Amino acid sequence: MSEAAHVHHPNYVKVWGILIVLLVLSVLGPEIGIKWVTLIAAFGIAVVKAYLVAKNFMHLNVEKRYVVYLFLTALAFMALFFFGVAPDVMQGSGTNWEKPGWDAPAPVAEPGHGEHGTAESGH
Amino acid sequence: MRPIATTRSATGIPTGRLAVWWLIASEIVLFGGLLSAYIMYRLSHDAWTAQAAQTNMWLGATNTFVLLTSSLTAVLAHKAADNNDTDGAFKYLWFTILGALIFVSIKAFEWTTEIQHGYTLTSSTFWSFYYCAAGLHALHVIAGATIMAIVSMDVRKGKEMQRVELCGLYWHFVDLVWIFLFPLLYIAK
Amino acid sequence: MSDSHDHHESHGFMSYAFSTDHKVIGMQYMFTGMAMALIGGFFAYAFRMQLAFPGMDVPLYGIVSSAEYNSLVTNHGTIMIFWVAMPVLIAAFGNFLIPLMIGCDDMVFPRLNRLSYQIFLLSAIVLISSFFVEGGGFGGAWTSYPPLSAKAEYNLTPLGSSLWLLAVALEFVAFLLGGINFITTVMNARAPGMTMDDIPMVIWMIVLASILFMASVGPLIAGAVMLFFDQQLGTAFFDPDRGGDPVLWQHLFWFFGHPEVYVVLLPAMGITADVMCVFARKKLFAYRTVLYTAIGTGVLSFFVWAHHQFISGIDPRMANLFTVTTLLISIPIAEMCFVYIATLYGGSIRLTTPMLWALAFLGEFMIGGVTGIFLGASGSDIYLHDSYFVLAHFHYTFFPIAIIGVFAGITFWYPKMFGKMMNETMGKIHFWGTVIPFNCIFIPLFLLGIGGQHRRIYNYEHFPELAGKSMQDMRVFATVSLCIMLIFQFVFLYNFFASLLKGKEAGKNPWKSNTLEWTTESPPPHGNWKELPNCYRGPYEYSVEGREEDYWPQNIPDDEPAGGAA
Ligand SMILES: [Cu+2]
Repeated sequence: MSEAAHVHHPNYVKVWGILIVLLVLSVLGPEIGIKWVTLIAAFGIAVVKAYLVAKNFMHLNVEKRYVVYLFLTALAFMALFFFGVAPDVMQGSGTNWEKPGWDAPAPVAEPGHGEHGTAESGH
Repeated sequence: MRPIATTRSATGIPTGRLAVWWLIASEIVLFGGLLSAYIMYRLSHDAWTAQAAQTNMWLGATNTFVLLTSSLTAVLAHKAADNNDTDGAFKYLWFTILGALIFVSIKAFEWTTEIQHGYTLTSSTFWSFYYCAAGLHALHVIAGATIMAIVSMDVRKGKEMQRVELCGLYWHFVDLVWIFLFPLLYIAK
Repeated sequence: MSDSHDHHESHGFMSYAFSTDHKVIGMQYMFTGMAMALIGGFFAYAFRMQLAFPGMDVPLYGIVSSAEYNSLVTNHGTIMIFWVAMPVLIAAFGNFLIPLMIGCDDMVFPRLNRLSYQIFLLSAIVLISSFFVEGGGFGGAWTSYPPLSAKAEYNLTPLGSSLWLLAVALEFVAFLLGGINFITTVMNARAPGMTMDDIPMVIWMIVLASILFMASVGPLIAGAVMLFFDQQLGTAFFDPDRGGDPVLWQHLFWFFGHPEVYVVLLPAMGITADVMCVFARKKLFAYRTVLYTAIGTGVLSFFVWAHHQFISGIDPRMANLFTVTTLLISIPIAEMCFVYIATLYGGSIRLTTPMLWALAFLGEFMIGGVTGIFLGASGSDIYLHDSYFVLAHFHYTFFPIAIIGVFAGITFWYPKMFGKMMNETMGKIHFWGTVIPFNCIFIPLFLLGIGGQHRRIYNYEHFPELAGKSMQDMRVFATVSLCIMLIFQFVFLYNFFASLLKGKEAGKNPWKSNTLEWTTESPPPHGNWKELPNCYRGPYEYSVEGREEDYWPQNIPDDEPAGGAA
C-alpha cells in the first residue's frame, strides 16, 4: 500500500526549531505595542508558519500539484465570501435598517478578578 | 476480502491520502466561513479590542507550542512508519496523543478561569466567537487524538502502516487552524 | 476488517441493513428518498388545499391551523430539497452508478459509505420527530432566517426549530462523507483504460456536484452551529440588538444555497445527457464543451448568491455586481441546452418513457431558466420578490431536476437495478399525468405572482386585493391540478412494484447502450462483474459508420469484430 507513499524526509527537528522561533517572535512582537508591528508579527508569521507546516510536515511540496491548487481554491472561495459579505455585515446601518446593538460598548464582564460569575448582569 | 476498487490508484495518489486531502478542503471552508464572519465582526466592533485583551496570551502561546511539537511527533511517526519501524511509529503516535491531551487540559484550565471571571459564552458576541471557534477546534483535536489511538492499535501489530501518515496529515491541518486562531483570538488587540 | 463479502449470500435483515455493497446502499438512499417524497408531496397537498379552500377540513389531514400551515410549507421545501433531491439524484444514483459505470466492484470506502447512509437516515428520523414535539415542527421557511428562526418567542417552536437545524446539519455531514467517497472513487478506481474523456457524463456531473457541495457547505455548517447556539444557549450571533447581524445568516445560507441549485441540477443534466444519447443513437454533441461548461457553471455559481437578498438591505453596489454575475450564469446553462438539442438533431429518436422524461426535462427547465432572468435583475426582483412568481420559477427549475430528472433516471436504469423492464404504457400514462398537471399548477402561480400575491400568506380572504374571484379560481385550479398529479403518482408506484414481480426479463443490455454498467448481469451480482472490465473508448460511440451494430460498448477491444456485443 505504501510503496507510492515514500517521500524524502527532511530534518523535521530543524523545521520545528524554526517554528518555535517564529512563535516566540509572534508573541514578543506585540509586546512592543506598535499596531502594524503587532499585525505583521501576528498574521505575517502565522502565514509563514502555515507555509512551513504545509510544505515540510504535510509534504505538499512533493505532492501532486493539484492538491495545492485545491486548497488555494478553497481559500479563494473564502476570500470571495469575505469580500461579498463584508460590505453588508460591516455596516452599522443602511437603507431602512440599523443594528442598534452594533456600536454599543458591550463588555459585560467585570475586568476585576475574583468572584465567581458576578458578571451575569446583561441580557 | 477488500473490494478491488480500494487497490486502484488512477491518479497516482493513494486513495486514503486523496480522501484526506478532500476532507481537509471541506474543513478549510468550514473554518473559513466561521473565521471570515469573526473577522468581519471584529473589524466593525471597536469594543472587541478591549475584550480580546482579556484572553490569556501566555496560555494560548503555550498551546501553540504544544500543538507545533505534536505536529513534529506526528511527522516523526510518519517517518518511522515509512521505515517500517513499528515501535517508533507507535511511540510517536502516542506522543502526539499526549500533546493533544496537554492541549485540551490547558484549554480546560483556561476556560474554567475565564468562566470564573465571568466571561461566558453569552457575555458578548466576542466571547461567543471565542468559545465557538476554539471549541470547534478543540473538537477536532479530540477527534484527531481518538483516530490516532485507534490507528495505533493496528500499527503496533504492523498493520495498516499507511494510516499513520493519514492521521498525521489531518493532525497537521488541526495545527494549521490553531496557527491562525492563535493570532486572531489572542494576539491581535 | 470489512467482512461483508463473506456473508453476502445470506439474506437476513441485518446483513441487508448493514451491507456495505454500493448497490444496496444506493437502493436504501432511493427508497428513503421516495418515502420522504411521499411525505413532502402530502404536505404540499395539505397546504394547497388550505389555500384553495380556506378553513376546509382537508381529507386525510384535517383542519390546517396557521402554525401548521407554516410548518407544512417549511418542511415541504426542506424535505424536497434535502431529503428527496439530494439523496435520490446524488446519493442513490451516485452510489448505484459510479462503480458500475467506471468499471469497479465497489466504492473505495465501503464502510464510510454505510456510515454516510446511517447518518442520513438518522437525520431523516430527527426531522420527522421534529413534527411531533411540543410546539410542532419548525415554520420559519426552509431558508430559516433569523431572528424568526433564532428566537422561540417569534417562531413559537422552541424544540422544532432546533431539531430542524440539527437534522439539516446531520444531512450535510452525511453528504460530505458520501461526497468524499464519490470523488475519490471516480478519481482513483476507474477501469484500466478509462481516461477523463471516457467517463460518462452523469458520473462527471455527480462528481462536480459533490465538489460544489463540499466547497459551499462549510460556511453554512458553521452558521448552523451559530444559529443553534443562538436558539438554545442565548448567544447573539444573528441578533442586531446585541452586536450580531441577521444578514450574515442570509449570506451564509445563500453562499451554500445558490451552488446547491447546481448541486442538484448537474446530476439531472448528466442523467439527461446519457438518456438522450442512448435514445437518439447519437454521440453526445461536444463532450468536452459540456464538461467545461459544467465546470464553468459550477465556479460561476459561487459568484451569484446575493441575488436572493436584493431586498434585504444589502449594499446596492453589491446588488449591481450580483445582478451581472447572475445574468451571466444563464449563458453556460443556455449553452448546455443548445448542446443537448444539437445531440438530438439528426438522431434516430426513440420516444421511450425515459426519453420522454429527458425531453421534458429540457423543455420545462428552460421555462425555469428564462423566468429566472426576471429575478436575477435587481430592478424587477424588487417587485417580484417573495411573490408566487419566485415560487413558480423555483418549481420550474426544481421540479424538472428533482422529479422529471429522477424519473428519467429511474425508468432508464430500472432494468439494471432490478433485472426487469417497466411497463411502457403505464410509464407513458404516468409521464403525461405528471407533466401536464405540473404545468397546470405553476403557470397560474406565475400569473398570481405577477398579480402581487405574496408567498407567505395563510388565508387570502384576509387580504381584499388578493381575495378576488379570478385569483381564487386560479388557486383552486392549481390545487386541483396538484391533486391530479399526486393521483397519477400511484400509477408509477404500481408500475414500479408490479414490474418487480411480473416485468419482462431485461437481460444485460435492453437499451443497447455503451456504458459499462450494461455489460454485466441485471441486477449486477455482488462484486458487479466476474472479471472487471477494461475500457477502450468513450461512452457515446453510437451509430459509428462501418460498424454493423449502431452501438459500440466501452469494454470491447478495437480489434474485435463488429457486433460482438455483450
Ligand atoms: Cu440563486
